[in-house]
Amino acid sequence: MDDETCARLRATPAFTELERSRSRLGWTLTALILAIYFGFVLLVAFAPGLMATPVFGPMTLGFPLGLGVIVSAILLTGIYVLRANGSFDALTRRIVAGPR
Amino acid sequence: MRRRSPAGAAVAGAALLGAVSARAATPAAAPQATDTTAIVMFAAFVLLTLAITAWAARRTRTASDFYAAGGSITGFQNGIAISGDFMSAASFLGISAMVYAAGFDGLLYSIGFLVGWPIIMFLMAERLRNLGRYSLADVASYRLSAVPVRSFAAVSSLVVVAFYLIAQMVGAGQLIQLLFGLPYLYAVVIVGVLMIFYVTFGGMIATTWVQIIKAVLLLLGASYMAFAALAHFGFDLSAMFNAAVQAHPKKAAILAPGLQFKNPVSTVSLGIALMFGTAGLPHILMRFFTVADAKEARKSVFWATTFIGYFYILTFVIGFAAISMVGQNPAYVAAGRVIGGSNMVAIHLAHAVGGGVLKGFISAVAFATILAVVSGLTLAGATAVSHDLYANVVMRGRSTEGREVVVSRVATIALGVLAILLGIAFEKQNVAYMVGLAFAVAASANFPVLLLNMYWRRFNTTGAVLGGWLGLVSAVALTVLSPGIWVKVLGFHAAPFAYDNPALFSMPLGFFGCWLGSVLTQNTEAARIEAGRFEALYVRSQTGIGAEGASVH
Repeated sequence: MDDETCARLRATPAFTELERSRSRLGWTLTALILAIYFGFVLLVAFAPGLMATPVFGPMTLGFPLGLGVIVSAILLTGIYVLRANGSFDALTRRIVAGPR
Repeated sequence: MRRRSPAGAAVAGAALLGAVSARAATPAAAPQATDTTAIVMFAAFVLLTLAITAWAARRTRTASDFYAAGGSITGFQNGIAISGDFMSAASFLGISAMVYAAGFDGLLYSIGFLVGWPIIMFLMAERLRNLGRYSLADVASYRLSAVPVRSFAAVSSLVVVAFYLIAQMVGAGQLIQLLFGLPYLYAVVIVGVLMIFYVTFGGMIATTWVQIIKAVLLLLGASYMAFAALAHFGFDLSAMFNAAVQAHPKKAAILAPGLQFKNPVSTVSLGIALMFGTAGLPHILMRFFTVADAKEARKSVFWATTFIGYFYILTFVIGFAAISMVGQNPAYVAAGRVIGGSNMVAIHLAHAVGGGVLKGFISAVAFATILAVVSGLTLAGATAVSHDLYANVVMRGRSTEGREVVVSRVATIALGVLAILLGIAFEKQNVAYMVGLAFAVAASANFPVLLLNMYWRRFNTTGAVLGGWLGLVSAVALTVLSPGIWVKVLGFHAAPFAYDNPALFSMPLGFFGCWLGSVLTQNTEAARIEAGRFEALYVRSQTGIGAEGASVH
């Protein structure tokens, strides 16, 4: 792609919208998974007593939280795919079609 | 009875921290009687995969076919294949063994292995697909100076592949000795030779389908085991937990953190290596070039995350159920030790819930899984040699596609032979630290360079070279100075570096080097040109326009 084409694509409103929405979604979800995972790891590392609190019968708090991290990893990637399939691909098509 | 203490940990991703608790780290491995059921089932798997290889060989004509399956893999298929790379014998047998030994702490590994995937999804997958062609180095060196950056990325990939491969080969030999009653040497040679066949003739197409078939078999087998184990407790989790607490020598301590990971800093450092290491593993990232476009890349990650997450829940149930179902059965445990070593926990549970047939099936799948994982590793290593070092560094891009594929086939054979030799050489060595080291190098060297090249305009060649090498060297050096090697392998008393995993320190060092090198040279002419080329990279990474094999309509 030459510089001229590149600059022209970049100047389209669709491109601006694509980079904004992708960046917002990507970084928000990244922050979420980092908070969830390192929150869990820090609790394990520095608050083992809390994690050992019984919640359901013999089961301690650590287990549902751990399961929660696994489930949220799956859910968050699912959210990204749903949002991206809905809008990113349509925007990309508009960018490609637009300047021609 | 021969004692092979490193055995268990090698197969076990247990591995990663090395310091498995006493109950886990004492496999008293007596060669088992030959298991005919397992061997017949494994032979059936091998025949099927060889047929696939023959089919794949007819479809492998160009370099794109060989390295990237011609971009013909769908997102769903690729997701299963990726999950297969993660469902290694290490994670299946190792994590269930760790849950069996340490209860709650076993969960930390599974979670750490999984959470790298959302990061790959949100920050990397689409861009990797849009920018890359065959190897991780394609993306790392995009817009930067090819020779120094590709050299670094290729060497770093080879280091990751080598450590991973040694751990898998040694694990394979010892595991197969246990499962099939075959001598160590035979097992290592069988794995090496089959892997050479798959990769040399069938390239990425065969490697992917071998991985998919194995992943489906393993998911089915593990699902059945977990279901049968839960049924044993009348689907009452409290009953399973109570039985485990009663059966385990540490009693209720298995329900709390601390049996396995005693040092909080080590725990956090391991968490970093597992999370970001995934985003820098060459054999994993290479899979994103096998799909058609960014959309399929996204789907790949979603399916991979789903299957890996599901699988880790299964391994947890298997390990936890085994605490009472295997741990209290004299057929599987003698004098407080699991017969055949701690990695046999899942295999014994298979026998407990499904008899000799299920045990044979699970053993055969465990062998198959090693085979599939080493094939992917070897292909990634061969790509680094042929596509990066040969075609782009030595020949400076003047090689032909045909010659490049020939070189990668030769490299595959050489790597396969090397893997067999290393497998033999390390038979009695403690290789527990190797998988952890592979993840640490990936997180400290590959990940910063890849990420910054895609996101930071002022990132330049000097930064990539400085940061990349700094991350690589510091991860390796700190691992050598850590208890895993300094004390357990070299036999010194106290380790200069107290933590088991270096990533907490080496990854920031990698990023720091990238920043420093870029900032120091930002006013040079070369750096300005590279910053200027960021624009084209950025537009292509967002839209896929101009991407290799992309179908943007």
